[in-house]
Amino acid sequence: MAVASRQIQYREALREAMSEEMRRDKRVFLMGEEVAQYQGAYKVSQGMLEEFGDKRVIDTPISENGFAGLGIGAAMMGLRPIIEFMSWSFSLVAADQILNNAPKMLYMSGGQFACPIVFRGNDGAGGQLGSTHSWTVEGLFANVPGLRIAIPSTPYDAKGLLKTAIRCNDPVFFLESERMLGNKGPVPEEEYLIPFGVADIKRTGKDCTLVSFGRPVHFCLEAAEKLAEEGIECEVIDGRTIRPLDIDTIVESVKKTNYCVVVDQSWPFGSVASEVATQVYERAMDYLDNRVFRVCSDDVPAPYSKVLEQAMLPNPGKIIKAVKQAMYLE
Amino acid sequence: MTMTDPQAVTQPVERVNATTRLKWLRDMMLIREFELRTMQAYQEAKIGGFCHVYIGQEACAVGCIAATNPDDPVITAYRDHGHALARGMESRYAMAEMFGRVGGCAKGKGGSMHLFDKRTHFYGGHAIVGGQNPLGIGLAFATKYENEVLGEGRKRITLCFLGDGALNQGALHEAMNLATVLELPCIFVLENNRYSMGTAIERGTSMAHDLSVKAAAYGMPYYQADGMDVCAVYNTMKRAVDRARTEQFPAFAEIKTYRFKGHSMSDPQKYRSKDEVSEYEDNDPIRQLASVLTKSGDLNDKAFKAMSQSVRDEVRDAIKWAEQSPEPDPSVDLYGDVVTEPFGEYGSTSLPEMCDHEPGDLPADE
Ligand SMILES: Cc1ncc(C[n+]2csc(CCOP(=O)(O)OP(=O)(O)O)c2C)c(N)n1
Ligand SMILES: [Mg+2]
Repeated sequence: MAVASRQIQYREALREAMSEEMRRDKRVFLMGEEVAQYQGAYKVSQGMLEEFGDKRVIDTPISENGFAGLGIGAAMMGLRPIIEFMSWSFSLVAADQILNNAPKMLYMSGGQFACPIVFRGNDGAGGQLGSTHSWTVEGLFANVPGLRIAIPSTPYDAKGLLKTAIRCNDPVFFLESERMLGNKGPVPEEEYLIPFGVADIKRTGKDCTLVSFGRPVHFCLEAAEKLAEEGIECEVIDGRTIRPLDIDTIVESVKKTNYCVVVDQSWPFGSVASEVATQVYERAMDYLDNRVFRVCSDDVPAPYSKVLEQAMLPNPGKIIKAVKQAMYLE
Repeated sequence: MTMTDPQAVTQPVERVNATTRLKWLRDMMLIREFELRTMQAYQEAKIGGFCHVYIGQEACAVGCIAATNPDDPVITAYRDHGHALARGMESRYAMAEMFGRVGGCAKGKGGSMHLFDKRTHFYGGHAIVGGQNPLGIGLAFATKYENEVLGEGRKRITLCFLGDGALNQGALHEAMNLATVLELPCIFVLENNRYSMGTAIERGTSMAHDLSVKAAAYGMPYYQADGMDVCAVYNTMKRAVDRARTEQFPAFAEIKTYRFKGHSMSDPQKYRSKDEVSEYEDNDPIRQLASVLTKSGDLNDKAFKAMSQSVRDEVRDAIKWAEQSPEPDPSVDLYGDVVTEPFGEYGSTSLPEMCDHEPGDLPADE
């Protein structure tokens, strides 16, 4: 990572990525609910209407199925839409378009129609929003071939990955987090892109490998900090993209540490964590000194109560416990 | 913007010259022959999956598409063979696709319900009922964007076909609302054949006796045409297309038609009477046009026979070609075309054979 003195918010990083790409390529446009006149439901697109005008920053009514499909049709014609979902929770009403059409168009048409489109928005629990509004969609959507899933945990990654997403010729599901939009981090002034399928080792360590994606990466870092005080050095790997998955980096780390804990904010059954664990078994079984441990959201609908919600989500305490169990320390 | 366009329903039919009508006759006959041979091939288990033929509805695709420019995008549902052929896809590529061969328009990866042809601006058959409508407005959005933002300097319109079953899908209503709100030049062409599988339209659709209200609800002009008369379809659609093009605004056109065969290859048709079917068969769009042209002296028996022979030959060749086209090779083809930039097990993409030449310019048979 280039050394950057400038600190900006995660939402600003997203905005910079979109704005730079829209300046670079006129085929890129932004569409979604409240993206233009309201300046973004979460202020991600603040000021973009003013710069790009209402032909390229386009407000839609609350019609996710309609405008998700609109974006796909436009992408088939060679435009490069960025479709904002206020929350990925709301993408479920557009399931047919985003799952049937975007990722399969190239295949179904025998290579004729690519779908260069980015769907982006908040993913994961926002904070006491209850079960309908707290979806972590990666567990559901990672099952589908033909799409890419990026899930940045820092402003730096958010910008670099979003620029790559916009230039990608295939559909990208870009999972942000309402809880991180205000997070600040170093982002250089100079242009950079982050390739997909390249994990970032956010902390090095020799004792146990922690693998995560998106917001829980921060929980892992917190846990690693605390564990270090007890002399346990965790290696924290931020996958950054789920599809493609950088399994090589994960496997290399496991070969070194011999222990692996996967932290995933989706439900455990058929989750991203399950997939990572399986691939670790397939590739590094002989290097493991214990089974792979998973820290996921509990297998219940997201509750409203603060106490219950916190009990459900992954957190540093749960991660510390899992690491200790994995290393036979508890 | 006026809500409905009453004139559109009542305006007198323009005269279309005989040469053009003879071409339409052949286009419709080609679709008919193609579909008859498709049914046969399906029975011989050369075609698999779900397969829906267009017999009886030929005048819809031919009349509507005749009213467009060749670079106007067209998109439809899964009963798509007729639209693909009317748009200019050569029958061999459509047939090979249904045979699941590499020579097919989608290299055997799409099948009967998912035909695509980039060269003819045919954006596909789409098999989730209603799902093509949001895509259709996306095509219209793109043409408008290309004109207004990218400065391409041409105004295009999109034809988005749908069946009456799609009238009851939210996707259509979202798409129609968005089309009006965003002023998109998309014509929703309803092929009202009165049934979605075995459900008569009155049983599934409110206000089935007056569908102009659906257009009115979204503030777009409504057109209606007799789908058994290709000239009427053309004339109505020409007005709709011209107006949508200049005004860059959506429209809704209802083409009243009928499917002569079952919904798919396995349909005992318990939901309608034989009398009803034969009543419509008496209005066969092909026979109607042939008789008009015969009466006006533009077609004689010999010419008609020659035309029949030529479409039979063309479809026979298509079948032969499809049979000779190789099966896909799983070791190469299975993992190709999943993504544009290869990674992991995913290979690269390639265009189907069909895209190697201009439409109408077929390579010589070896
Ligand atoms: C969302 C969805 N539900 C159900 C089906 C199964 N299905 C396929 S075709 C069809 C009937 C559609 O009828 P219509 O739209 O009138 O078209 P037509 O068959 O008359 O051309 C149904 C129910 C489907 N393909 N998609
Ligand atoms: Mg129908």
